[in-house]
Amino acid sequence: MSDQATSFVRNDMLPPKEPPSSQVGVVKWARENLFGGWLSTVLTLLSIAAIVYIVWHLFPWFANGVWNADSLTQCREILNGATGACWAVIRVNWLQLVFGFYPPELYWRPILAFVLLFVAIAPVLFPSVPRKLLWFSGLYPFLAVWLLWGGTVWAPVLTLAGFVLGYLVLMAAGSLGTVIATGLTIAVPVLFWLFALGPLDDFLQGVIPLEIEPVASRDFGGFMISVVIGVAGIALSLPLGILFALGRQSTMPIIKWISVVFIEFIRGVPLITLLFTASLLLNYFLPPGTNFDLILRVIIMVTLFATAYMAEVIRGGLAALPKGQYEAADALGLDYWKAQRLIIMPQALKISIPGIVNTFIGLFKDTTLVVFIGILDPIGRASAIRATSDWQGIYWELFLFIGAVFWIFCFSMSRYSMHLERRLKTDHR
Amino acid sequence: MATDSGAPTGSFRLSMLLYDSRYRSLTIQVFAFFVLMFGAAWLVYNTKTNLEALGKPFGFDFLFNTSGYDIAQRPIEYSSQSTHLRAAMVGLLNTLILAVMACVTATVLGVFAGVLRLSNNWIIARLMTIYIETFRNVPVLIWIIVTSAVMSESMPPPSAFRGADPSASMILWDSVAVTNRGVYIPAPLVEHSLGSLNIPGVQLSLDAIAFLVVVALSIWVNRRVLAHATKVQNATGVRPATWWKSLLILFLPAIVLLYAMGFHLEYPALRGFNFSGGIQMRNSLIAMWIGLSIYTAAFIAEIVRAGIMAISKGQTEAAFALGLQPGKTMRLVILPQALRVIVPPLISQYLNITKNTSLGLAVGYMDLRSTLGGITINQTGRELEGMLLMMLIYLIVSLVISTVMNFYNDRVKLRER
Repeated sequence: MSDQATSFVRNDMLPPKEPPSSQVGVVKWARENLFGGWLSTVLTLLSIAAIVYIVWHLFPWFANGVWNADSLTQCREILNGATGACWAVIRVNWLQLVFGFYPPELYWRPILAFVLLFVAIAPVLFPSVPRKLLWFSGLYPFLAVWLLWGGTVWAPVLTLAGFVLGYLVLMAAGSLGTVIATGLTIAVPVLFWLFALGPLDDFLQGVIPLEIEPVASRDFGGFMISVVIGVAGIALSLPLGILFALGRQSTMPIIKWISVVFIEFIRGVPLITLLFTASLLLNYFLPPGTNFDLILRVIIMVTLFATAYMAEVIRGGLAALPKGQYEAADALGLDYWKAQRLIIMPQALKISIPGIVNTFIGLFKDTTLVVFIGILDPIGRASAIRATSDWQGIYWELFLFIGAVFWIFCFSMSRYSMHLERRLKTDHR
Repeated sequence: MATDSGAPTGSFRLSMLLYDSRYRSLTIQVFAFFVLMFGAAWLVYNTKTNLEALGKPFGFDFLFNTSGYDIAQRPIEYSSQSTHLRAAMVGLLNTLILAVMACVTATVLGVFAGVLRLSNNWIIARLMTIYIETFRNVPVLIWIIVTSAVMSESMPPPSAFRGADPSASMILWDSVAVTNRGVYIPAPLVEHSLGSLNIPGVQLSLDAIAFLVVVALSIWVNRRVLAHATKVQNATGVRPATWWKSLLILFLPAIVLLYAMGFHLEYPALRGFNFSGGIQMRNSLIAMWIGLSIYTAAFIAEIVRAGIMAISKGQTEAAFALGLQPGKTMRLVILPQALRVIVPPLISQYLNITKNTSLGLAVGYMDLRSTLGGITINQTGRELEGMLLMMLIYLIVSLVISTVMNFYNDRVKLRER
């Protein structure tokens, strides 16, 4: 037995073999992601062909771009027959595209307002910012209006004073019962604005004349007007939208029907007809002799338009909440508004974030439609620039610039909404 | 047993209108109703005063006056001698034509882009992401104006098609000419026309009606044949072959009819300085159509992607476990569930397209807003009536679309317990 030859037994591991070259690195990745099947291969080849075609045709145009010229003719002379963009039109006109006819020596005011806008929305957007800044967010609308339109400081201060007055009345009348207190809180400031604001404004202006140079609305233009209308519409349409969404869910038939008719009417007609109503028809609907600012009218119409869409988005969020949440709030003994504020809305709004931000983005893009009623927004400015003899026949550079600016605004809004969704996610799926 | 001890009994006091939740809602509603009525009365009174001050009566009789302006694209008979009402009808038809065209192309493009964005192919998925993010973050008005500029600036003039060695040539086997004056496509014509049906105001082509009736009948007969096949299959377990019957029923009658009527295509041809023959699709229509389609397709792509991603992977795995093939899995399991998610937002995209056709103003497309809400208002000075009528028409169109699409939505919706 002992001299029987022992068969070979390997006592050390073989080193692992290299995987075949088609299963590693770039080749594997390409096989899986670019050439996995005949359909995928065809799509890849088509895509590459399309990219090459586009780059081949557009690259020289971008690369040969002329930045220093005073007119299209000069651009063409510099290019000397080669294909190339004439970016000079942007360099020469960009201030007009951004500010319209706003007086150049006062450019600091819209710029300051724009910078302060970010300070004001920072505590709303990011929880890490100190909460005390919310006071500034509350003051910001009055400050921005004063900075943009100029004039006496007392008008916005007194308007703000109306709100403070309302708050004081609410505190003082709290013992008189909810209904009387609410009525007084609404009535006192309204009476104050209607009757006391004008005389007080004149009086204070006489005593302490604090004034910066006023700028008329017709001088507003360019991206400034888009941002003004967009931000005002966004800020106003969310609370109004919440009210109409609640109205549509209400058990009170008249309130419900008012909300339904409003929402369905606004959603059924194009925004452009509402804008024309603002510019053509509002004079019919108001008492003879009333004449108020075109930009204000446009802001009102854009806000109403966005409100209807916002209401539907939030209604979707409300409908998605389980019924148990409402019942639990009732069981805790919360009244309607407390239940909405503490239980329902935080959850419903969280569900509807994507829809809300989409409505915001849509509203901001829709501000371009004001060009049809004669407000010189970026597109209106671009047409005006193209109508001058210097820049006649220029198209792509201007539209590329305007499109790029809109793209940056809208894309960052949509990225922020994705960030917010992730931050507020509470389920553990 | 809990007994209801909540509601206080006692006589009704006036303060209960404010403090008793049983009556408070009534108070609020009556208050809201009065505020609303007061506001409406105020608006109507102001309007009446203003109209009287301007010396304008309120009425729609201007619709029956001669319009006095021309419309380039007329789907129905129209001339500058026709009435404003007729002009409004032409405008409405142009709006609807554009809306239908844009809805169809946007859906096709959007479904492709949405599915391709989910593809395993790295490069095409990235390309589609770029397409979607570029197009939906820039205002549609810019896309319309850019398309219009591309058509009028970058396309060859008709004269470029002339001569022995033309610098431009027609595409698709010499049937379509893309010029800076518009796109010329072949026109379908019949030799032995059946004539047309003249209802006052509208002229309907009997040829088109006959064709539609034949197609509708074929589809109905085909469905009967398929139903019968299913019945036989249920009874015997063997499904009779139907594919040749379906082919025959669906196509033969239509082809025979077209042959009998002498159907042919009239190709556009260069005569003199311009193309003649065929159908001219003006630049305004092309710009609106392409601009609206590619913009809305980006939104539809996202809707389709969300719809497909909403279906959990377990559904596919369950279908495979039942032994269904991939094609059937898609058709019977994934798609019916995805449609439930896709259809409602798709409806609102269709409504958006219809409303966005009113941007035709930017490129001179003569839609409802440009005829009734534009030239007619300018000529007659009847802003109030014109705008109200226009809003009403848009409202009706929107409501009809949403009703029809909601009906469809109810059919594809999964029945839940």
